Amino acid sequence: MVGALSGNLAMEATYLKAINQALHEEMARDENVFVMGEDVAELGGAFKVTEGLLTAFGEERVIDTPISESLIVGAGVGAAVLGMRPVVEMQFADFISCGFDQIVNTAATLSYRHGGKASCPMVVRAPSGAGVHGALFHSQNPEAWFTRVPGLKVVAPATAYDAKGLLKSAIRDDNPVIYFEHKRLYRSIKEDLPDGDFTVPLGKAEVRREGRDLSIITYGGTLHQSLDAARIVEKEDGLSVEVLDLRTLLPLDREAILATARRTGKVLVVHEDRLTGGIGGEIAAIVADEAFDYLDGPVRRLAALDTHVPFAPPLEEFVLPNTNKIVEAIRNLAAY
Amino acid sequence: MAEQDGSAAPAPVAARAAQDVELYYRMKLVRAFEERVSRLHRQNKILGGVYSGAGQEALVVGICAPLEPGDFTAPLHRDLGVFLMRGVDPGRLMAQLMGKETGLSRGKDSFLHGGDIAHGVFGSSSMLGSSLPVACGAALKFKIKRERHIAVAFFGEGASSRGDVHEAMNFAGVQKLPVLFVCENNRYAYSTPFEKQTSIENIADRAAAYGFRGHVCPGNDLLAVVGLAERVIDSIRAGGGPGLIECKTYRWRGHSEHDPALYRDQEELLEWESRDPIPLFEFYLDKRGHDINRLRAETDEKVNTTIQAAVDFADRSPYPEPEEALEDLYVGQGAAPGAPSAAVNGRRPIR
Repeated sequence: MVGALSGNLAMEATYLKAINQALHEEMARDENVFVMGEDVAELGGAFKVTEGLLTAFGEERVIDTPISESLIVGAGVGAAVLGMRPVVEMQFADFISCGFDQIVNTAATLSYRHGGKASCPMVVRAPSGAGVHGALFHSQNPEAWFTRVPGLKVVAPATAYDAKGLLKSAIRDDNPVIYFEHKRLYRSIKEDLPDGDFTVPLGKAEVRREGRDLSIITYGGTLHQSLDAARIVEKEDGLSVEVLDLRTLLPLDREAILATARRTGKVLVVHEDRLTGGIGGEIAAIVADEAFDYLDGPVRRLAALDTHVPFAPPLEEFVLPNTNKIVEAIRNLAAY
Repeated sequence: MAEQDGSAAPAPVAARAAQDVELYYRMKLVRAFEERVSRLHRQNKILGGVYSGAGQEALVVGICAPLEPGDFTAPLHRDLGVFLMRGVDPGRLMAQLMGKETGLSRGKDSFLHGGDIAHGVFGSSSMLGSSLPVACGAALKFKIKRERHIAVAFFGEGASSRGDVHEAMNFAGVQKLPVLFVCENNRYAYSTPFEKQTSIENIADRAAAYGFRGHVCPGNDLLAVVGLAERVIDSIRAGGGPGLIECKTYRWRGHSEHDPALYRDQEELLEWESRDPIPLFEFYLDKRGHDINRLRAETDEKVNTTIQAAVDFADRSPYPEPEEALEDLYVGQGAAPGAPSAAVNGRRPIR
């Protein structure tokens, strides 16, 4: 995944650094962009995602708030409706429940109830995901609470390139965007990023690996496990697995979903969010509805079990998807 | 503790006969608009929830009078008068209430949830108190951009129990935001009396806990409200930090037009009906030497003409087309929820 463009220097960056770069660059590019949240200024964020912003842009544009998620989101709306471009942070995606009303009732309906004459160019950043021993309240993947809310856009980058490019697009978009960044990826993945400005469009999925026998449709934390699993079954079983990274969960890239389903005839949806009510069900329905004639097997889903994300390592491992479970699911579906 | 600022007669009003007449017109316009809306509801021309602010006109007019273009207001569901005071077209407002295409939300939401940002009116949701954080965000913008504007958030004593109100006031205090919180204490949260909502006498007392000043004001006395509002708003505009004004008032009608409000003591209603803000202001105008009978007749005629024109405009306006239910979800996008947005920025990267 080398992103070097002709004439541009490639710079290695972690997923976390990519988000940090996007914030720095967008704040430098547009003085209406500002950052607000718990511990984002002095501390640079609980994960250091906002590190250096206070020094670079000052306390008027990098604002530490009290522990008040509803205020953080609501104030974001108020500033955004007057033309600012706030990037507000939920310290952990789990805490987004405390800002839920402001997101789904105030922000998502804003344009609709103002007859299209008001916009809310706000980004809500939410560090999500399990696999870091975070237990019940620091492991959640709450994206499905939002993917059924018209008026919102929801993104979940899985690579450093997308983390940077999608955040830039989200900041420049005139609608509220919920940006789920996976905590496990922060320092575990690195890529060469092109120097200079680039964006990744919202609403576009990306084929990460082409294949003939079966398609995995995934996003966020489980992209890398899916790619690992695809390599294993290629080597050990001779299976050719295509992997589609959704990148944006609202609006879904229906064309890309249907294209991969029609190409391989078998679809396995993988996500770390829990199974029931997860976006996998919606994808399965889209495929069943519009690509039924192309299918050679049932649409399968592999997701977190329908429980909370528990703490003790054997429990957490039992609940979450992982590479081995994906390999097994691929083999079962391929044999159908 | 909150200051009892109510009856102190402010001096600056002495030199503003024209402004007094204008305030009188505004208050009569809001009252007549409220009464017409109730009637239209009984005639089934306005459907759904209708929340009358009749009896509370003085506080709405008084708080909004000192505001300037560019200031931000977040009215609550009973504050039809805020829309009229900020310069929203009465015809469009009436069309909004009737769900017509020409309304502020183009038929998408009912009653006062449609806003008009161009006139500094934010359409609030039904989650009462949720507009206080929003007003803080508007004030934050004014602070960051060093603009001499202020944000005003209206809320009821009922909403004062919500966490959003605490979060907003606390943040406003910390950040010294140019925001005015206005509590319309009309004694009832739907059916629940003030005594069952809080154990304190004045919501304004809470301001001290957030590091700014709270003021209690007789909300049906336009003169008292205007005088206090001018003083507090001047201070906020000059960088003095947030303020809280609690207006003691009373809701004449039920929570909504569906509610006969049988939970209230009729004696209490009678008492408060006798504190009607309009005759009270007429006494004042009379003392100032206006020919009150003539002024009343002229004002009524002007008010009736404006309201009839608004009703005619709304009546003539069409309902939206059914398919418009899918429009305006996103800025820069037409219909089809779930389709890629035309507002999406950036190019597909070369990989």
